[in-house]
Amino acid sequence: MSLSGADIQCVAKLARLRLTEAETTSTLSQLNSILTMIDSMQAVITEGVAPLAHPLELTQVLRIDEVTEENAREAYQKTAPAIKDGLYLVPRVLE
Amino acid sequence: MSSLTKNTLAGLREILTRGDASSVEITQDYLAEISARRDLNTFITVTQDDALASAKVADQIRAAGQASLTTGLPIAHKDLFCTKGILTSCGSKMLSNFISPYDAEVVSKFKNAGFVMLGKLNMDEFAMGSSNETSYFGPVKNPWSPTHVPGGSSGGSAAAVAARLTPLATATDTGGSIRQPAAFTGTSGLKPTYGRVSRFGMIAFASSLDQGGLIAQTAEDLAIGMQIISGHDNKDSTSALIEVPNYESLLNDSIRGLTIGLPEEFFDSRLDTRMQSQIEEVIRIFTSLGANTVSVSLTHVAEAIPAYYVIAPAEASSNLSRFDGVRFGYRAEKPIDLTDLYERSRGEGFGSEVKRRILIGTYALSEGYFDAYYKKAQQIRRLIKQDFDRAFSLCDLLLSPTTPSTAFALGEKSDDPVAMYLEDIYTIATNLAGLPGGSFQAGLIDELPAGYQLTGPAFSESKILNAAHKVQQATDWHTHYPEEIRNV
Amino acid sequence: MYESVIGLEVHVQLSTLSKIFSGSSTSFGASPNTQASLIDLGMPGVLPTPNAKVFEMAVKFGLAIEAKIGKTSVFDRKNYFYPDLPKGYQITQLDAPIVGLGHVNITLEDGTTKRINITRAHLEEDAGKSLHNSFDGLTGIDLNRAGTPLLEIVSEPELRSAKEAVAYLRVIHSIIRYLDISDGNMAEGSMRCDCNVSIRTQGSKILGTRTEIKKQSTLKLTARSIQLKMASKLFKKRGCMTLIKMRRAPCGPRKRPTTTATFLIQIYCQSS
Repeated sequence: MSLSGADIQCVAKLARLRLTEAETTSTLSQLNSILTMIDSMQAVITEGVAPLAHPLELTQVLRIDEVTEENAREAYQKTAPAIKDGLYLVPRVLE
Repeated sequence: MSSLTKNTLAGLREILTRGDASSVEITQDYLAEISARRDLNTFITVTQDDALASAKVADQIRAAGQASLTTGLPIAHKDLFCTKGILTSCGSKMLSNFISPYDAEVVSKFKNAGFVMLGKLNMDEFAMGSSNETSYFGPVKNPWSPTHVPGGSSGGSAAAVAARLTPLATATDTGGSIRQPAAFTGTSGLKPTYGRVSRFGMIAFASSLDQGGLIAQTAEDLAIGMQIISGHDNKDSTSALIEVPNYESLLNDSIRGLTIGLPEEFFDSRLDTRMQSQIEEVIRIFTSLGANTVSVSLTHVAEAIPAYYVIAPAEASSNLSRFDGVRFGYRAEKPIDLTDLYERSRGEGFGSEVKRRILIGTYALSEGYFDAYYKKAQQIRRLIKQDFDRAFSLCDLLLSPTTPSTAFALGEKSDDPVAMYLEDIYTIATNLAGLPGGSFQAGLIDELPAGYQLTGPAFSESKILNAAHKVQQATDWHTHYPEEIRNV
Repeated sequence: MYESVIGLEVHVQLSTLSKIFSGSSTSFGASPNTQASLIDLGMPGVLPTPNAKVFEMAVKFGLAIEAKIGKTSVFDRKNYFYPDLPKGYQITQLDAPIVGLGHVNITLEDGTTKRINITRAHLEEDAGKSLHNSFDGLTGIDLNRAGTPLLEIVSEPELRSAKEAVAYLRVIHSIIRYLDISDGNMAEGSMRCDCNVSIRTQGSKILGTRTEIKKQSTLKLTARSIQLKMASKLFKKRGCMTLIKMRRAPCGPRKRPTTTATFLIQIYCQSS
């Protein structure tokens, strides 16, 4: 499986990563060598093997339904780049 | 190096209990050492004032007769653990301005046990790397040789302990990031079973593989630390509801009759002969202590690398989506629209290894490729887990080298990602199976440290530490530190 | 003869005290971002803590519609970028939902009842809100709603008219109110409806190209939207305009049209 520069740009778009021309070129060969390495998986017979998503076979612990969080907006918004009237600001979203 | 900073954590505990030195004195000595060794670049943030203030409080508590055994002991945290009010950068430009609004559970636990935090340790960016060369804050140098890497991603943690800049450091391991740097720096490192330690506040790389752990000089020190950080946390629903044993009390158990499995795949012709002879020396010591060995097979272990390099980047690509310049972290200047905000904040904020992994991960999860990549990797993961389960029906612990050879040179592998990924060959399968693994000192090869690895069944940390402790009682490899070697 | 094929996806906000994955309050109308915890904000290092009550409520609903309850329930991440989605993914259920195939009965205008099958119902988290008021060309994001528990109820495409759709919605509404798992207040957004509409030749089993009508806030608007959408689809069908994004078979051969007025009133038209 070999990717082209256009493929990289497509995946980069999905991942919202802006890559420069130079980055696309250098990433291309590196990604393709990684993909070659990954392709060796296809030789393994996995017919009927259930995927393992999680190493522990545990039952999910559940939380009692109660309000435990207080308003901490001021503290949490200290790290924010752009705030107005308690709202996080982003460039205009067209719906 | 002062006489105080040469001590193990257990040694410092003795000193504080006997009143031979105060927490302030100990802290001052460590801060001075850290300052003197800025060349190693192990710390991203040194919390000088906070450390001295906490040390003072610790001494007051001790004077009032209310100290616990751990009050006033020093600790440093990998910069992946959130620390309230203090920069938590993950070694990245993306978080180079992020003052965390909360403490990670591991950090809280050490605070509550009275530890004094010296600062935040350097690491590969977002824990992605095996050499600590990808940090936005510059590479970490191996204290054993300034032209060699300390390993990664917990390079800062390992190098700081090796250079005696802290007796204990927190670290994380997703594919070997505790064990490999421990091996490269002549320290002891433990990656616990997945779920043994809470991941709350531990910035996520690959959620089903990440585990928080420790690096120290000795297995005994790791046991002291493990007692603090182990246990279920309601804030991390993947943390196990399994009782925490008394690790220290189990350290001195006899290992007569312990069966050690040697995976044949790890001892083939590709293993460097000098590394092999160090490992054989370790095996000899184990057998002299009454353990016996048996050959086992981990049939699918070679596929662990490709499976890992699908699963980890896939999970990472999802976990790193939250870094978008909206609520925290780096934000590109003057974005023209939303897409520009996202693409440039992330394009400029992330380094190239991180971007590479996000791209691989996104590709593996995208429509049409999910089954061939992600699902296939998860199937291989199950086969690997089954291999380990089978092996552990024949032995108590597995023994292998931690790394193919000793530390490589700075820059040697940074242009070849696949070569870098192959460094993880002995460690990576353990993460896929969620099992505990530790790396311990195995002498030197050409003045660079070698490490051996012990892997155990789920929640067998006490057995791993016990076995390593017995070897440390019978050898002096763990007592060597770089300055001593250089001064010879 | 064409018939309309309507499927409804109803998102019901469950009336728990706290959110599905965090202990933040779910109460309506709070000042922006005052009910957004570290987890809701998707801060680095946080982890979800599932709320026991949401599972109880989902199972109650499943039992009420005589559905198969999933003994193993799996949560997945739906990854996409949008400012009201702080983690860059929504925690939802794809392949193993908590509630499987069930059904409800609706009463038609002529008094007969019709069974409408429900494909599944699953749990997921709600997103935040985007406010496009004048912020000098910027959008303001409020994450109070992010993490509110939703039960998404998906019907089979068995509804054949706007009236049937409304009848179905009324039944769903009465169930969730009776079980007290939601206040079902469409105006406040605690019950939202997305409609998937398409048309096909009567008797055909193949579904036509689907159009989505999203986020209708009242039953009346829902009905009106469905009617308008059906009309526009039929108009396009008659004119045989090429439909975009064809995932299914394109429209059939040109047919003689009946009058437009007929279309708006009844949703059936002559064709062969």
